[in-house]
Order: sequence, then C-alpha cells, then structure tokens
Amino acid sequence: MLILQVVAPGPAHGHSIAYAIERRSEDVLLVEHGSLYPALHRLEDRGWIASFWGTSENNRKARYYRLTPAGRKQLHAETSRWQRVVEAVNRVLRPENS
Amino acid sequence: MSWRRFFHRAAWDRERAREIDGYLENETADNIARGMSPAEAAAAARRKFGNPTLVREEIYRMNTIGWLETTWQDLRYAARVLRLSPGFTTVAILSLALGIGANTGIFQLLDALLLRSLPVARPWELAEVKIAGGNHGMGLNQEYGELTRPVWELIRDKQTAFSGTLAWSANQRYIGRGAEMRHFNELQVSGDFFRVLGVRPYRGRLLGTADEGACPFSVAVASYPYWQSELGGRDISSGIKVYADNGLVQIVGVTPPDFFGMVVGDRFDLAVPFCQPPDGLRRDVFDVSVMGRLKPGGSIARASAAMAALSPGIFEATVPPHRDPRSEMMYKHFRLSVYPASTGVSDARETYDKSLWLLLSITGLVLLIACANLANLMLARASARGREIAVRLALGASRGRLLRQLFAESTLLAAIGGALGIALSHPLCHALFWAILPEGQTVDLRVTTDWRVLIYAGAATVLTCIVFGALPALRASNSSPAAAMKADGRGVTQGRARFSLQRAMMAAQISISLLLLVAALLFVRSFRNLLTFNPGMRESGIVNAFLGYWQSNLPQDRWMPFARELLAEVQSTPGVLSAATTTRVLLTGGSWEHGVRVGATEGHSKFTWVSPDFFTTMAIPVIRGRGFRDTDTADSQRVAVVNEMFMRQLTGGADPIGQTLRTIQEPGYPSTVYQIVGVIPDTQYNGLRGETPPMAFAPFAQFPAQGPWVDVMIHSNLPPETLIATLKRKLARDHPDVIADMSDFQKSLRDGMLAERMMATLAAFFGVLAALLAMVGLYGVISYMVERRRNEIGIRLALGAERGQVVAMVMREAVKLLLIGLPVGTALALLAGRSAGSLLFGLKPYDPVTLAGAALLLSLIACAASLLPARRASQLDPMAALRDE
Repeated sequence: MLILQVVAPGPAHGHSIAYAIERRSEDVLLVEHGSLYPALHRLEDRGWIASFWGTSENNRKARYYRLTPAGRKQLHAETSRWQRVVEAVNRVLRPENS
Repeated sequence: MSWRRFFHRAAWDRERAREIDGYLENETADNIARGMSPAEAAAAARRKFGNPTLVREEIYRMNTIGWLETTWQDLRYAARVLRLSPGFTTVAILSLALGIGANTGIFQLLDALLLRSLPVARPWELAEVKIAGGNHGMGLNQEYGELTRPVWELIRDKQTAFSGTLAWSANQRYIGRGAEMRHFNELQVSGDFFRVLGVRPYRGRLLGTADEGACPFSVAVASYPYWQSELGGRDISSGIKVYADNGLVQIVGVTPPDFFGMVVGDRFDLAVPFCQPPDGLRRDVFDVSVMGRLKPGGSIARASAAMAALSPGIFEATVPPHRDPRSEMMYKHFRLSVYPASTGVSDARETYDKSLWLLLSITGLVLLIACANLANLMLARASARGREIAVRLALGASRGRLLRQLFAESTLLAAIGGALGIALSHPLCHALFWAILPEGQTVDLRVTTDWRVLIYAGAATVLTCIVFGALPALRASNSSPAAAMKADGRGVTQGRARFSLQRAMMAAQISISLLLLVAALLFVRSFRNLLTFNPGMRESGIVNAFLGYWQSNLPQDRWMPFARELLAEVQSTPGVLSAATTTRVLLTGGSWEHGVRVGATEGHSKFTWVSPDFFTTMAIPVIRGRGFRDTDTADSQRVAVVNEMFMRQLTGGADPIGQTLRTIQEPGYPSTVYQIVGVIPDTQYNGLRGETPPMAFAPFAQFPAQGPWVDVMIHSNLPPETLIATLKRKLARDHPDVIADMSDFQKSLRDGMLAERMMATLAAFFGVLAALLAMVGLYGVISYMVERRRNEIGIRLALGAERGQVVAMVMREAVKLLLIGLPVGTALALLAGRSAGSLLFGLKPYDPVTLAGAALLLSLIACAASLLPARRASQLDPMAALRDE
C-alpha cells in the first residue's frame, strides 16, 4: 500500500521509493532497503505496478515503477480499508466516558 | 505460481541483479556526495540495502516452482550418479525394458483379441441373440452359427426390443474356376447388416435390403485389404466382376480399412447378401449369428426378456423336419436370450484367452523378479553410499529431501526402462506372431499401440519404480548419521539385520524363479508330449486331399462313382503307396455321430465311412475280424468295424463280431442295420486331446449321403510337397473343373498346436529369463555380502581358516536362501498349477519330475552364481584385507 501510494503521483525507481517511504513516515518505518525489492516484484507480478528501464536524475540507468489502473483501484480499496481499520481501532482505544 | 515466470526465472534474476546494482551505485554516489570516502560510501550503501544475494534468492523463489526446481535438481543429480556406474545402469535398464516390454507386448495381444470393441458405430449398443444354453448339437452347426435362417427371419419381423437387427454367417468359399480356384472368406449378411452397424462405404455402396433376393446373389462388397491385394485397388465404378461361390458377382463397394467383419482375429474378403435358395431355407442348419442394436435407453436384460417372450412362437413355427418327438419337444422349448456383443465374437478367444492371461501373469512375475533384482542392487548401492548419506543428514538435509533424491534415481531408471519397454513391445508383439504362426496362416489382429496400451505400460512402470525404489530409499534415509559414520567400514561384521531385507528379497526371487521354471518346463514338456503323442494312426507321409466337383455338373447318381474314379486315379499316381477315401478326416476337428442300438443297449457312436484301404493307409491295425473289402458294395450286406471303446460301452466287452448295430434315423441317414465284422484298437478321434469315444467305420460304398466332394487320405514315401504338386498338375490336366485342396496331414496337425507351441516357446523364454535374472541377482547379493565381510574373512584367514572353509561359509549363505526359496516356490507352483491344468497335455501340473527338475536346475544355477564370489573370498589376501581397515 505504501509503495503504491509512493508511485501514485508518477514513476519512481527503487532507490527513490525507499527514501520516499522513509521520509514520509518521518523515519518511523525504517527497513533494510533490500527488502523493498521482493515487495516490488510481488506487486508487479500482481499487475498493480508496471516497470521499465529509464534514466535517473543523475543520469544512471534505473528501473522505474509506475502505477497501473488495476494498481490504482487496489490502492483506493486498500486505503479506504485501512482508514476503516484505523478508525475502528481508534474508536476502541478512545476512553469509554468521553 | 506461473509457468511463464518459471521459464523466465533466470532472465528475471539477471534483471533484478542489475536493478540492485543500480541501487547500490545510486546510494554510493549519494553517500559520496554526503562526504564519505568511496570505500565507506560503498559499505554504507551495502548496509542500507541488506544482503543482495538473499534478496535475489527471495525473488527467485517467488518465480520458481519449488518442488519442480528441486525435482529437476534431483533428476540431474541422479543422471550423473547413474552415468558413473554404466554397468549397473545398463543391466538395470535392460532388465526393466525387457520386463515392461514383454508385459506390454502380451497386453497388446490381449487387448487386440479380448478387449477391443468392434470398429462400428456405438459398439456398446450391440447385443447378440442366442439360444440360452445352446442348441444341444441339434442339426448342422457351423462356426459362429447360433440360429437358423428361418428363426432369424422371424426375429427380424417380430422383435421390438432392438432399433435394428442383423444376421451374418462366415464361410470359406471358392473364388475363380477350376485350377484358378482359391479360397476366400465369405461374409453372408442380412440386408440391413451395414446400416445397423453404421459402417459407411469406403468406395461405391454397401449392401442394402434390396440386395436380398433369390439365389444366386449377384453383388458383393469387398473388404479393403481384399480390394487392395486381390482386386488391385481398381476403380469400383468400372464394374469388377468375379466368379465367386459358383456365380458371377459384381463388386459394388468397398468397406473402410478398419472394418474386418464380426470375427476378431479373422477377416472377411467379400461380403455377399443372404439369398433365398429355390428349395427354401433349411430349418436344421444353424449357420447365422443374429445381433441387434439396443434401443436408446434399452438394456440387455429388457431385450432378453422380450426375446424370451417371443421364443415359443418362433420355435413353434420353425421345427426342423424328420425329428424324433423328443428332439422336437426340446426344440420347441428353446429360449432366446440376449448377450453383449460390443467386442464381436471370436473362437480364437477361447483358444488363447487362458494362455494369454497366464502369459501376462508370467511376464508380470518376470517384471517382479527384475524389480526385486534392482531393489537389491539399489539397496547394496545405498548402503555403500551410507557414509555419503550420513554426511548429508549430519549437514542438515531433511530426510524427505534425501528420500526424494534417492527416489529420483529409481524414477529415472524406471522411466528410461519404461520408454524402452514401450518401444520394444511392438516389435516383440510382432515377433511373437511371427514366431508362433505357421506359414501361410494369418491371424488378422489389429495390434496397435493405443492409449490403453500406453496406460498399461505407464502403470507397469510406475508400479515397478515404487516397488524397487521405495524400499532402498526408505532404508537409507532411516539410518542415523552417527551410527552410519561409525559403522561404515569400521565394524568387523555387518549386523545381521542389515542383510535380512536383501535375504528375504533374494529368497522371494528364488521362489518366483522356481515357479516360472516349473511353468516353463511344464509347457515345454506338454508340447513335447503333444508332438510325440501317438494318436493310434500314421501321421507322417500322409497327404489329405479334398476334392470338390460341384462345378462339373454331374448328376447326383454319378457323385459316388466319380469319387471312386478320382480315388483310382490318385492310387495310380507314381509314389502313392496307398490311398483311401473317408467322410471325416480324423484328428482335425469335426465329428459325426449317430445314436445306435446294439441289442438292448442304446448309446452313441462316431461314424465314418471309408474305402477299403483306409486302415492300411492310416496304419490302424484290425485286431479282430476283418477290415473292408471291395466286395462290400452298396448292394451287399451293411458291415461295420468298431473300436474297442465301442465294444466296452455297447457290447459289454463281449466279442462284437457277428453282432448287429442299428443306427437311429436322421435326416438323410435312414435307420440302418450294420453287421460288425472287425475291431480296431482305440485311436484318437477328432483331436489329440480327449478321451476316445466309441467309433464305428462303415464301407464308403455304403455311405448314404454322398455329396459332390470327397476327402482322400494318401500315404506316400514322396515328400508331401512333391506329391501335392504332382497330384495338382495331374488333376488340372484331367479334371480342370475339380477343386483340389491338399495339405500335409502332419503339418495341419502341428498347426493345430498353435496355442501349445506359443505357451511352450514363451514360457520357456520367460523361464530362462527368470533364471538368468535370479542368477544375476544372487551373484550380486553374494558378492556384496563378501565385500562387506572382507575384514571378517581376512581375520579368519589370518587366524588359519582353510580356503575351503571360507568357500563353504559363503556357499552356506546361498544354500540357506535356496532352502527358504525352494519350498516356498514349490508351494506357489502347486497353487498356480491348478489354473494351468487344462492347458497341459499328458502331464499333471503337480508333475513331480518337473518340480524336482526345476528345483535342481535352479539350485545348480544358484550355486554357480555364488561360487564365483565365494572363490574370490577365499583368495582374499588376509594382509591386504586387514590393512584396509
């Protein structure tokens, strides 16, 4: 879901995706960047993202990922589900008397 | 899991590797930009990323199909291991291929003969209408003839159980004229035959109801092979006319190549329509087989009930003439019943059915022995590799994984063996035909490798693989690593338990080999008995000539004199020692019987009318009274010669000479009183098998039912082929209209032993194969044991054991195996023998000589096989053996 969100605005390559996640979560979600790649592979396999070789900002060959229409739908579905879960959890955590 | 990804997994891996490199480069560049040194930057990038190999592996695993990948690995590994021991691999694959090939070959035969459906539309709907329990020998019976034509016509007109009915009869007739005359297989069919079967013409048209009419018929349909070979595949529309079965007929069509008629193992040449003879259909000739196509949703049981309900009316209306009241009553009480007929009919089935099933079990046992052999060898190899397996286990290989790897080896062996076996089975099957069929005789069976055969072969292969692969694999993977590492090569003597499985398997192998050897010996001896059996008459140097003169247009009162003229001509041919006519050729099937009364005793006796020289020609001695003379003519006193069985059964053992016998009348054979003038010893009657029935002979001149043909038995000292050629030439010159069909009597008898010959040949082959396999197996096991006990033997020798003692010690192993295997095998042979009893001639399945012979043979083989390793053990250099420690 996070990856999908990151590539939603436009194509991005692995390195930038990793940093984007780190940045956006304000370093709460810190992972080995390597573990990102199997995830990318899986997403691509499900047809939610597509990839192509391109040139990065500093003129290096890099593999770019972008969201597919199916991925967009998936992102939408997952986000709304996540919202519901979060709201539900919040409701439970809220003190009873308030 | 997707196949596309599976096949692209290597390409994907390269992609990912590049991508990861890209990441590392990027990160390193960024780090340098942040002010790190290049080395530091690269290290930091690696830290940030994690383990690239692990990442790649994770992605690879996602792409691949786990079990397939490892299976492939296992197979490649197995192939490498097998390549390392080419000797073992060759023996294993060959024995498997032979076993599976033989099995599949026999199964192919079985399939073609017994299991295949007729090549017609919806064969499962076909059912045959027969008299329940048969017709009790009433009237004249033809092969595959179940009902008479009048009965068929009533069934056709009255039945409602079938959507269509058909009738057919198969005959051997003559095509061409005079000397050009040849046999052809005629299929007489009802008008609806082809329509009901749903056979479509290959060329021209097939027969229809409009073709049925008054005799003689004028149209015929050729079978595809006949059209190809005899008619040269000529265009039908140009109007091919042939002289067949006494009339000119036009070929109007050709049946499709796969349609061979209704008899499996036989084929028709020309199909002709039923025709109505001018003097009407006979009610006492059972010559047609009637079949019907069940209505959709109809069942055999319902059709049977319907036919049974129709029976009284049908049989009431078709009683054969001139029957005694008792036969008439019996006839009227016949009931029609319906039987499945999807696979057609075949006499060959009865002949070969049992033999083929027996052969299938024999080849199955051979395969089992081959499996046991392989299992033993694999076991030996597995224990030799004990240390390797122990190391793998110790390094953390899972037992399942190890099991799979060992199993891969047997799978590979079985697969190669199976594939070779399937390839072998077809030529094997044809070689079988070729080896057992006498020249000139064709059994036209469509033997093809179809899915059924392939499934069978596949099943055999898989089963084989499981049998010989599972045990050793399980055994090996169950070993505890520590124990295996310690024991290997270190222990002085291998534990008894390690050998127990191999011993048991070897003993089983010996017992099965014994069983097969017994079978082989039994069938070979039975065949020998048959070959050397004395039927009580001369077999060699006899030519049987069937002479037909129905095309000579002789009046009926000339038939008998003309037969005598022909006989005289044969007798005057140079080289002919003696010749005689007979109404029945003995030993070649067929039989003629009359009810007889001698005094107050009533019974049945075979009847044959022969000319005076018959007993001399056939070398049958007349032991009392006299034979026939030229003075026994149509006008003189009716006389008969009987055999001893006749005497025992009908005259109470008293001297029959001078007594009279009266035959009970039958159509064409009025009740006649014969005076018994001579006695001959008991001879076989219609075949080599079976009890001698009471037999009576009467002078040919007094035969009441002479037709325009005669059978002549000729004794000569010329080779039969020469005599046949001479006689044919002479007849073609003097009597071009006479059909001559001649054969070497002994050869026809031999040809009649086809089933026995097949059994003897094949059983012997498989018996020898089994013995060979057992020998190889025993040699292997004993060698292996000796190898494992090297240390022990070395010590024994060092301590002063005699070499002879060592040999004895090893041989004791073999003897122990024999002592277990032989009694078990004997018991098995006795059990199995019961099913083979009816196939044996002149000996019982529990024939003690055979059993003892087989056991002795096997013991010899076993001792020979173990002597070699035993000698090798005794020649062991004790120092070398101990130093190897």
